[in-house]
Amino acid sequence: MTETLKRTSLFETHKAAGARIVPFAGWEMPVQYEGVIPEHKAVRSAAGLFDVSHMGEFIVEGAGATAFLDGLLTNDVTKVVDGQAQYNVMLYDNATIVDDLIVYKRGAEKWLVIVNAGNIDKDFAWMKARVPAGVTLRNDSDAWALLALQGPKAAEILQSLTKTELAPIKTYHFAEGEVAGMKAILARTGYTGEDGFELAVAANEAPALWRALMEAGASKGLKPVGLGARDTLRLEMKYALYGNDIDDTTNPLEAGLGWVVKLGKAATFVGKTALEAIKAKGLTRKLVGFDMTERGIARHGYKILDPKTKAEIGIVTSGTQSPSLDRPIAVGYVNSAYAAVGSEIAVEIRGEPRLAKVVETPFYNRPPSQAGGSQ
Amino acid sequence: MSKIPEKLKYSKEHEWVRLEGDLVVIGITDHAQEKLGEIVYLELPAKGEKIDKEEAFGVVESTKAVSDIYAPVTGEIVEVNTGLVTTPERINKDPYEDGWLVKVKVTDKKDLEGLLSEKEYADFLKEEG
Repeated sequence: MTETLKRTSLFETHKAAGARIVPFAGWEMPVQYEGVIPEHKAVRSAAGLFDVSHMGEFIVEGAGATAFLDGLLTNDVTKVVDGQAQYNVMLYDNATIVDDLIVYKRGAEKWLVIVNAGNIDKDFAWMKARVPAGVTLRNDSDAWALLALQGPKAAEILQSLTKTELAPIKTYHFAEGEVAGMKAILARTGYTGEDGFELAVAANEAPALWRALMEAGASKGLKPVGLGARDTLRLEMKYALYGNDIDDTTNPLEAGLGWVVKLGKAATFVGKTALEAIKAKGLTRKLVGFDMTERGIARHGYKILDPKTKAEIGIVTSGTQSPSLDRPIAVGYVNSAYAAVGSEIAVEIRGEPRLAKVVETPFYNRPPSQAGGSQ
Repeated sequence: MSKIPEKLKYSKEHEWVRLEGDLVVIGITDHAQEKLGEIVYLELPAKGEKIDKEEAFGVVESTKAVSDIYAPVTGEIVEVNTGLVTTPERINKDPYEDGWLVKVKVTDKKDLEGLLSEKEYADFLKEEG
């Protein structure tokens, strides 16, 4: 079975920049340019530019659009004001996760929804089957490109290319304006734990925008960043990755996403009844972060064991060597009895249990000098 | 194009072998380190341990991937490049000299005959694409 991989409008730009291209969620994407570690460090210390055009953009408009989203999503969509964005989870009836996504309110009953690349078709079908008369739902994913400019220097670099004043745009807010002469949505959102912006533009303008940003950032340490560092950056923050940490077998409460689940909001929503039952019963497992006490890197799919009895008590969902901290970090689901910070656990690495300990997350905290800004 | 020095022997699992008197020195090839990307973690056996031809005896990891290191010969470990464990990125920088992994006393020298010459390994990489 061969599947044709899709390419973003920046594919040739990445090739020319020497990127290593890999298949990801049905796309040919840059995994790295110079290397995961220097790219990761550039984002933490200066700025990085990511092509995230593989992500999906849906337009939801018309009378009833807000109520439609509010009935499909766990967060209180009615609280979002014009120019604001909100992180959300979309659930199946049994409270497992269809996708995690961000909604952007562009006006009364006018929304942009950005979803994960690998879930575009599935999400669209799920929403389409539930869209009421009067609400337009359109998959605009191929028409849009999405660039993420992240890092302590991101705002300074972007400001040099736009008349839109960036300082008043708070975290999880956005403005519509122009960047380097191109119409864009400038959203103060990201997936790195740094201040930064995600810029949505017409797909055919992305190469020119990429060039303009790279030129504007050249003297400020801006580097192009691939999916490799995107993963290490998000994991240092314990941001969930769909397909690794959350999927259609996990619920948002055990995944630590209870902060975006508003069981008390006015509207009922898909999955609410199941979630209430789960909550009443108590969580059987939780997604926790842990440090290795013994040598080894815990990886996706490795078993988590009781350190004494060696009984299986969970599973690792993401793990890597943290470039910022220079030590292994990982997250995984463990039986609730082992979820408290300080709990001793073991990870089965190549057939051998190795000790680990549940820790506070995020793993990485920004230095106080860079406080403020995104997430 | 990755480097493939002459006078070394190679395995299809991308290890190199260098004869040093009675011993062989083992490492991973330039091609292997390029494929892996920045190496952030390394596990090697201890001195005195036995390794078996075509069995995994160590592990190298990048931020993204885990890769076994296979023994190109059967024998006993007589020396380990222990310093590499804390600075595994040296394998990326110099896979054939500073980045050597272990020295092994080979049980049966016949093991070496099955390994590839530098030309055969270059052809093998081409076939692999």
